[in-house]
Amino acid sequence: MNKVFINGISAISAQDEDIFDTGNFQEFSSSIVKAKDQDYKAVIKPMMLRRMSQAVKMGLYCSKKALTEAGIIQPGAIIIGTGQGCIQDTEKFMQSMIESEEGLLAPTSFIQSTHNTVGGQIALELNCNSYNMTYTQNSGSFESALLDSLMLINTGEETTVLVGGVDETSPAFTGFQVLDGQICKEQISGPDLLKKDTPGTMISESASFFVLDAKKQEKSYACVRDVCLKNRIQKQEPEQLILEFLKSNELDISEIDAVILGNNGDCRYDGYYSGIQEAIFSKTAQLAYKHLVGDNHSISAYAMWLGARIIAENRIPEAFQINHVTCDKIDKVLIYNQYLGKNHGLILLEKP
Amino acid sequence: MNDLHTELKKSIIDQLNLEDMDVSDIENDEPLFGDGLGLDSIDALELIVLLEKDYGIKLEDPNQGKEIFNSINSMVDFIEKNRTK
Repeated sequence: MNKVFINGISAISAQDEDIFDTGNFQEFSSSIVKAKDQDYKAVIKPMMLRRMSQAVKMGLYCSKKALTEAGIIQPGAIIIGTGQGCIQDTEKFMQSMIESEEGLLAPTSFIQSTHNTVGGQIALELNCNSYNMTYTQNSGSFESALLDSLMLINTGEETTVLVGGVDETSPAFTGFQVLDGQICKEQISGPDLLKKDTPGTMISESASFFVLDAKKQEKSYACVRDVCLKNRIQKQEPEQLILEFLKSNELDISEIDAVILGNNGDCRYDGYYSGIQEAIFSKTAQLAYKHLVGDNHSISAYAMWLGARIIAENRIPEAFQINHVTCDKIDKVLIYNQYLGKNHGLILLEKP
Repeated sequence: MNDLHTELKKSIIDQLNLEDMDVSDIENDEPLFGDGLGLDSIDALELIVLLEKDYGIKLEDPNQGKEIFNSINSMVDFIEKNRTK
């Protein structure tokens, strides 16, 4: 497999992007957390912006920032991972169907309600007619998008790919996740979220985008060496999954300098992480991020943003580290994520 | 400017998400499409829905649209003559 370089990154989450530099983080008084507002008008025309839901705004904003950083005007492909797509407009559209008793419906929310609206709007803005794909595989959406990106670059079909993960919240649909027990009743955020022993987690909005390229740049953040996704495994199986994944990349567990885990404080499923934290990663620097930015179907893209910056700057911000293992030289970072015990994703990053 | 002018401008701002725009920013005789307010074809569909929902007017002939949606004045004139609610 050829090396795939991360040459541009951008993320929007519930925390400021400078959390990596300052270590300052906000705590929340709700279990449903909005993304930090950005100066969208600076990069998106007002007449376009007025129709955009949160996911579209975040996706387009991050795309433009990542492309600018990589010095790319038009990518060879646009690939998006989103678990719930433009759910705000879906909700608006369905609400107006009810209110009008299935009569004449306003077109905007219908047009914007599909999952691939984000990819479509990015293509329109960039005037980019190339490959455009959206993956909607629940919590494996970003890993699926990333896998497609790596395959495109590795087969030589494309040299530059814009890939990202994006998800938004909406009043009614996110409310269903409360009824389903996915969102915790307690209003806990920050490190205490990971210590609780009750079901549910903090759900949030986020977007994280990357410019992947076959060519290394002087300022390349990291390489994406491999990605894998397994839909369902038992609680005792993550160790075997990880060891096999590393073996297929001719690596030993001792070569992983830091592991970014998807612990979200849901006592029913954090066991998938605790086993490997105590066993194979007991001597590895361990990080978590969902206690700061919440959880959603494409949040593993945020973990990749975090991993890329850790490798580029060779340091682990204190707010993210959950054990006391220090590491002087960070060459390889492994990301492991699952949601509700399903869609176990592994992403391996390394120094370019 | 009568109440219908103001009411219509408020509905248009709300329905078309014309953020940062106020009733006083829209002139009664200003073209709604093209060089004026800069609305587009999706907005035209939204205006058709608005006429039916708020005033009970069904546009039978799409060619009428150009004339009716020319400005706030032309819309108000059409609504006053054809409203059923």
